[in-house]
Amino acid sequence: MDKNLVQYIFGIADNALILGQRLGELCGHGPSLETDIAMTNISLDLLGQVRSYYQYAAKLIGDEATEDTIAFLRKERDYKNVLLVEQPNTDFAYSITRQFLFDIFHLLLLEELQNSSDATLSAIAKKSIKEVSYHTRFSSDWIRRLGDGTEESHNRVQTAMNDLWAYTDELFHQTAADKAMVAEGIGLDVSKLKEPFYKKVSAILEESTLETPQLEYFQKGGKQGIHSEHMGYILTEMQFMQRTYPNMNW
Amino acid sequence: MKNWPLWEVFVRSKNGLEHRHCGSLHASDATMALENARDVYTRRMEGVSIWVVPSAQITASNPEDSAELFEPAKDKAYRHPTFYELPDELKHM
Amino acid sequence: MSESEVKNLEAMFDARIARDEKIEPKDWMPEKYRQTHIRQISQHAHSEIVGMLPEGNWITRAPSLKRKVALLAKIQDEAGHGLYLYSACETLGISREELYEQLHSGKAKYSSIFNYPTLTWADMGAIGWLVDGAAIINQVPLTTTSFGPYARAMVRVCKEESFHQRQGFQIMMTLANGTPEQKEMAQDALNRWWWPSLMMLGPTDAASVHTEQSMKWKLKRKTNDELRQQFVDQTVPQADLIGLTIPDPDLKWNEQTKSYDFGELDWDEFWQVVKGHGPCNKDRIAARVNAWENGKWVRDAAMAYAEKQSNKELEKAV
Repeated sequence: MDKNLVQYIFGIADNALILGQRLGELCGHGPSLETDIAMTNISLDLLGQVRSYYQYAAKLIGDEATEDTIAFLRKERDYKNVLLVEQPNTDFAYSITRQFLFDIFHLLLLEELQNSSDATLSAIAKKSIKEVSYHTRFSSDWIRRLGDGTEESHNRVQTAMNDLWAYTDELFHQTAADKAMVAEGIGLDVSKLKEPFYKKVSAILEESTLETPQLEYFQKGGKQGIHSEHMGYILTEMQFMQRTYPNMNW
Repeated sequence: MKNWPLWEVFVRSKNGLEHRHCGSLHASDATMALENARDVYTRRMEGVSIWVVPSAQITASNPEDSAELFEPAKDKAYRHPTFYELPDELKHM
Repeated sequence: MSESEVKNLEAMFDARIARDEKIEPKDWMPEKYRQTHIRQISQHAHSEIVGMLPEGNWITRAPSLKRKVALLAKIQDEAGHGLYLYSACETLGISREELYEQLHSGKAKYSSIFNYPTLTWADMGAIGWLVDGAAIINQVPLTTTSFGPYARAMVRVCKEESFHQRQGFQIMMTLANGTPEQKEMAQDALNRWWWPSLMMLGPTDAASVHTEQSMKWKLKRKTNDELRQQFVDQTVPQADLIGLTIPDPDLKWNEQTKSYDFGELDWDEFWQVVKGHGPCNKDRIAARVNAWENGKWVRDAAMAYAEKQSNKELEKAV
C-alpha cells in the first residue's frame, strides 16, 4: 500500500468531509428556505466526493478498511484537513466566507488534479469540477451581495474575511506526502496555486467593495494533524454512533 | 422589511423538449433566482436549461370573459398559475 | 354584489368542483374557500419546514456516510416541499412574510408530530416509516383536490415522499435485523413514535369540525378515523415483517371487519401538544424564529445589492 498516496487522498478528502459536516449543521437554520436548499446541496456534493475518495483509499489500504472506518474511526491526529474548514458557523457571513475561500482554492486544485496520472483521482476530479464550479459561483455571488449590500452586511462579511484570512496560507503548504506524490506525477504542487488564489480572491473582494486583509502571520497545523479546538467537538459528534455502537451495520 | 420578489421557473429537462413551468420561488435578483431554481427544481433530473421570469412580468389571460364584472380586463395583478407537469417517463408512486 | 348574485356564483362554483374541474388562482371563489385553503395549505407548508428540524438533529451524527447523505437529501426534499406549498398558498393572495408571521406567532398550526424529540438514530427510521407513511395517506387523496396549485404540488410531493418512507423503513429493517442493541433501539423508537403517528391523522370524526365542508371541496376524501384505520392496517404487517411489536396491547385482528382493532388514543395528550405543550413546541418555533430573524440582514443585503445593480444597469443604458 502506498502510504503517501493514502495520506495524499486524506489531505484532499478530509477538507470536504469536515466542510460538509459544518454545512450539515446549518440545515433548517438558513436565512431563507432557498438558501437552506442551496447550502445543503453543497454539503451533499462534498460528501459525495468524500465517498469517492475514501472508497478509493479503502481499496488501497485493504485490510477491511471502508469509507466509514476512514470517515469515523480515525484519531484526531490522523485527519489532514486544513484549519479553515473547521471554523464554526458564527453567522451567515462566516459560513459564506469560509465557503468562498475554500471554493476558490478547491476549484484551482481540481483543475490541476484532473491531470493526475492516477486514473481514479483524475476521474473524481473531473466529476467534481462541475459541482465545485457551481459552489464557487454561488459563494462568490454571495460575497458580492454581502460586500456591496447594506452597511451591516458589508461590516459583517469584512469581519469574517479578516478573521478567516489567517487560515488561507495553510492551503498552499506541502506535506511530505504531497511532495512524494508530485514526484510521481500523481499529485500537484499546491504552493503553485497560491498566487492565482490570492489574485482571484482579491479581484472578487474589490468587486464587492471589500478590503483585502493584509496579514503578516498565518495559522497552520491542520495538514499535520494539529487542529484547532473545534476539531475535537466536530469529531465527537460525527463519530458518536460508530464509537458507541462499534462494529455494527447501519 | 425588504421582500424578495417572486419568480416563475421554467425548465427544459431534456434536449429537444420545450421549457415547462414547474413552480416559483423568491429571490432578490435574476442570478439568485437561477441558482435557486437549479437547486430546487433540477435536483432529480438533469435540467438542460432554466428560465426565470419575475412573476410581475407575466400577463395572464382571464379565465372567463364574463368575469369582467368582477375583475379588471387586462389584469396585471398576476397570481401565478403554479402548475407542475410530470414528464411521462416518471413512474407514479 | 347582491346576496343572490353571490349565491348564484357559489352554486356555479360548487358545480364546477362536483364536475371534477380544477379551481385556479384567478377564478372566482367564495371567501371561505380562499381562507380554508390558505389555512390548510400553509399548515401543510409549515409542517414541512418545521419537520426539517427533528431530522436535522441527526445529520451531524448519522452513523455512516451513506446514511448521512440520504438523510440530508430527504431533509432537502422537505425544504423543497415547503417551497412548493408556500408558493401554492401565495397564489391565494397572501405573502410569504405573512405566512411566516402566522407560524412564528403561533397563529398557524403545523403537524403536531414534529413537537416530539428525536432521541436516537432509530428515530430517523421511525419517522420515515411512520410519519411519512401517515403523511402519504393524507396526501395521496389531495393529488385530486379541487384547487389546482395545491393538487399539482401534491403530485410532486407524493412522488418524493414514497422514497422517504422506503428509506425510513429500510433503516428500521437494518436495525431490526442487526445486533440486539440495534433491535432494541428500533423497538424503542417504534414505542415512542407509534401513538403520535396515529394522532397525526387528526382528531376523531366526532371532534372534527371541518369535515363536511372539506369533503365538498375535495380537501378530504375520507374521514380522519377512516384514514387512521387505513394507516394501522397497512403498517401492522410491516412491523410484523421485521419482527417489531406495535406498542398497543389492545391491537387485534378483527375477522369480521377484516381490519385491526386498536386501543384508545390519549386525546388529552393530543390536544395539549396541539395547544403548545408538547416536548419540543417552544424549541421548534424558536429555531424557526431565530433563523428568520437572524437572516433578516442577509435578505436585506441581497435586496440592497439587487437594487444597486439594477441602478447601475439603468445608468449604463442612459
